[in-house]
Amino acid sequence: MTDIARIRNFAIIAHIDHGKSTLADRLIQLCGGLTNREMKQQVLDSMDIERERGITIKAQTVRLKYTAKDGLEYTINLIDTPGHVDFSYEVSRSLAACEGSLLVVDASQGVEAQTLANVYLAIENNHEIIPVLNKIDLPAAEPERVKTQIEDVIGIDASDALEISAKTGMGMEAVLEAIVTKLPPPKTSEEPDPKVRALLVDSWYDAYLGVVALVRVRDGVIKKGQKLRMISTGAVHEVDRVGVLTPKGLVVDQLNPGEVGFITANIKAVADCKVGDTLTEDRRPTDEPLPGFQPSVPVVFCGLFPVDSSEFETLREALGRLALNDSSFHFEMETSAALGFGFRCGFLGLLHLEIIQERLSREFDLDLISTAPSVVYRIQLNNGNTIELHNPADYPDPTHIESIEEPWIKATIMVPDEFLGPVLTLCTERRGEQIELTYVGSRAMAVYRLPLNEVVFDFYDRLKSISRGYASFDYEIDSYKEGDLVKVSILINGDPVDALAMIVHRSQADFRGRAICGRLKDLIPRQLFKVALQAAIGGKVIARETIGALRKDVTAKCYGGDVSRKRKLLEKQKEGKKRMRQFGKVDIPQSAFLEALKMGDN
Amino acid sequence: MPDRPAPLGLYVHWPFCLSKCPYCDFNSHVRDRVDHAAWRNALLSELDHAAAQMQGDTGPRRLASIFFGGGTPSLMDPETVGAVIDRARALWPAEPDIEITLEANPTSAETGKFAGFAAAGVNRVSLGVQSLRPGALAFLGRQHDAGQALDAVRMAARTFPRHSFDLIYARPEQSLEDWRAELTEALDHVNGHLSIYQLTIEPGTAFHTDHRLGRFKTPDEEKAAAFFDVTQEILEAAGMPGYEVSNHAAPGQESRHNLIYWRYRDYVGIGPGAHGRVTIEGTKRAQRRFRLPEKWLDQVTQAGHGTEEDSPLGPQDRAAECLMMGLRLTEGVPLQRLEEEGGQSALPDPDRIERLVEEGYVSFADGTIACTTEGRLRLNSVIDFLLS
Repeated sequence: MTDIARIRNFAIIAHIDHGKSTLADRLIQLCGGLTNREMKQQVLDSMDIERERGITIKAQTVRLKYTAKDGLEYTINLIDTPGHVDFSYEVSRSLAACEGSLLVVDASQGVEAQTLANVYLAIENNHEIIPVLNKIDLPAAEPERVKTQIEDVIGIDASDALEISAKTGMGMEAVLEAIVTKLPPPKTSEEPDPKVRALLVDSWYDAYLGVVALVRVRDGVIKKGQKLRMISTGAVHEVDRVGVLTPKGLVVDQLNPGEVGFITANIKAVADCKVGDTLTEDRRPTDEPLPGFQPSVPVVFCGLFPVDSSEFETLREALGRLALNDSSFHFEMETSAALGFGFRCGFLGLLHLEIIQERLSREFDLDLISTAPSVVYRIQLNNGNTIELHNPADYPDPTHIESIEEPWIKATIMVPDEFLGPVLTLCTERRGEQIELTYVGSRAMAVYRLPLNEVVFDFYDRLKSISRGYASFDYEIDSYKEGDLVKVSILINGDPVDALAMIVHRSQADFRGRAICGRLKDLIPRQLFKVALQAAIGGKVIARETIGALRKDVTAKCYGGDVSRKRKLLEKQKEGKKRMRQFGKVDIPQSAFLEALKMGDN
Repeated sequence: MPDRPAPLGLYVHWPFCLSKCPYCDFNSHVRDRVDHAAWRNALLSELDHAAAQMQGDTGPRRLASIFFGGGTPSLMDPETVGAVIDRARALWPAEPDIEITLEANPTSAETGKFAGFAAAGVNRVSLGVQSLRPGALAFLGRQHDAGQALDAVRMAARTFPRHSFDLIYARPEQSLEDWRAELTEALDHVNGHLSIYQLTIEPGTAFHTDHRLGRFKTPDEEKAAAFFDVTQEILEAAGMPGYEVSNHAAPGQESRHNLIYWRYRDYVGIGPGAHGRVTIEGTKRAQRRFRLPEKWLDQVTQAGHGTEEDSPLGPQDRAAECLMMGLRLTEGVPLQRLEEEGGQSALPDPDRIERLVEEGYVSFADGTIACTTEGRLRLNSVIDFLLS
């Protein structure tokens, strides 16, 4: 049993591409966690998508043994945090499992918005923070400037920041020594036989082991045969396996105070494991759960529909499989007149949405249509009830609405000076309220309060394009505020197209309505009859376009009485019509809706 | 049937050409040598077989038309043409005013055979003039110039009681003004009938490849519609209104053979790739012969006929075909005809007819549904709408 004084639990905080994974790999290698043969590049990002995008979706962990300069062997647990703003709650729970963090900053690029958000989370979790300047070997490295920036922006002492190159291995010993000497050991109850308390950090589904829960023991020990209770749900499970990750799974007898490891306990679904929950012994439960638990709530919704309606069941299965391993992902069946059968899906944020979409197409080979992302509105009805609206199509009769509230975020944007002007304009256009604007050298940091529905529209893409990719962006959910919001319906020959309905601020309604009508006009082929396209708020039309009737469509020659050929052509056309949706007397190819939705980003 | 029995048409396909035209997707083939005697015998065998198949059917059939199409039937020996005509007349009683048409290329070699065709019994020729403009004729891969073509038309006028010729419009780079001029020039040589086809790019043709590779562009929908409108206007003024999408005639000069197709009456098809619609014991059958000339000839030699497909048509299909063909005609389709073919349940939805009437695409009077000019211009969509 490791003496708790010789355990160190830490996380690495870094912006994408600043070298977190390379550093983690280097540490694992140095401590002999894996042989060279087993060492794949960037061990911790195990999903293809994670490796490609350089982001971590699931928390991962690795236990290392390190013999320090004082001659003693230490157990070092690296808890790798999910690397994106959408998962900030999950990040905070991973951080709550550690006592300190390495703050890794690219020595030439400096602090980015995302780093900032996570370092604040670490400070909130009382972390000891070790600043590390990575990529020091690059010619563009400016360690002194970046140290000053860390001190100015974050407000921590960076004078003895470590200067390393994870790529070449330079300075790695110093990192391990700093972990041992600068970070405190874990704390635990000093009572002789304390009640068990363990933090549930994450969970995943393993094909062989079933649901695996990652835990950090605070007080007491966890071992096989123990009956553990999850405090938030009250569910009780008997532990059937206890282990640590090195990063290979290694079964151990028990997990001691301060240790990080996994358990399996016949848990049916990852959804039963609430991140941040406290595990305690059923026989002798604690009455003091660990602080900070919040149930995960999706904030962004969109409809996902199979392009080919025969793939509906495949989609259902695929969503089920993804949900198996992602407790923050929600879905339920939805029917759309324009798009057929599909699912309304809830996500933690836009990146989460993108990742799910990408996995559906990559791992399940599904061709999908997704409707424009929507946030959750709170609608106060005249009759005193409040409803939460996840889908613009479910918008109630406006005469029954007392008021509508929408979620706002607090956004932090860091951007080189030269692009600040357009960035501020963008924030203003999107109804942003400035909270703070500060400069650090040639970089500006703008903090804004913004409505989330403006951000899910195309904010991030616009931000990237107006700053030529230099702006970095991070946000946290702030609060709900009342807004002058309206539902804009899109009508084709008088019939509303549910999939295109959107909720927007009144000031944006005309513009958005015109834009979508204009797009549809280009996308819908001319028909035998005129097609009227309208955008409307309630009964009031705010934009209209007309697609003229087609001019000429006739076969010039019918050869030698070959009627069969013509009839077969007609039958083929009918076959093609299965992909059409009927609006009034006109048929609209489903692909037009798909394109209209796709172009929502332009 | 109380009065005149329904007419019967005979289509004879001659699949050979001297060269393939780049726009043509018909069943045509270039061969160095053709054994004319063998082909004559084969056509006669298939004719015998077709007549035998129809025997025992109720009511006498009267042959109203024979049509030699291709390929290039003017490459046939006049004796072969004569033999087929004689045999057909022997197999079925003919209407007194039977129309016997032969398609011909307007080259001097073939004009020389006109007298022979006339002697064989042909009383109408349809000439593939296609254009009066040298550039267009070269583009269309024609083997004749405009002068030769007009000589052939004049020779046809002297030799046959009736003639018609084809023109192709909506060619790349063609201007509306020039088409107006060309069509007006052509009117000087017309004798009551003209076929005006829009150039369409069909899969499997040389033009299809060229077009796909962007080597030329065809007029867009708007311009094609303008060409169509100009054509209707000029020919109406000349007393030859369109009686079908692409066909114009002075009253009474319509092609009786094509009317049989469009009115969805019975026709027998012989020769490679020929189609037929024949009612036998109350069942309308869709028939098709083998397309490849050698295959067809082999089959006929062995079995007496080259039928590749012969299947009964259900009421829905019959009504659909009757409507598709009938709406090509200005006169339209009596609903009664649709009912005869497909029964009551095959009649189009009255709401849909009404919708088309409102839009000005069809007229509906005295139980007959007919396309207006505007409707004919969009016929594929109109039919599609009526049948969905």
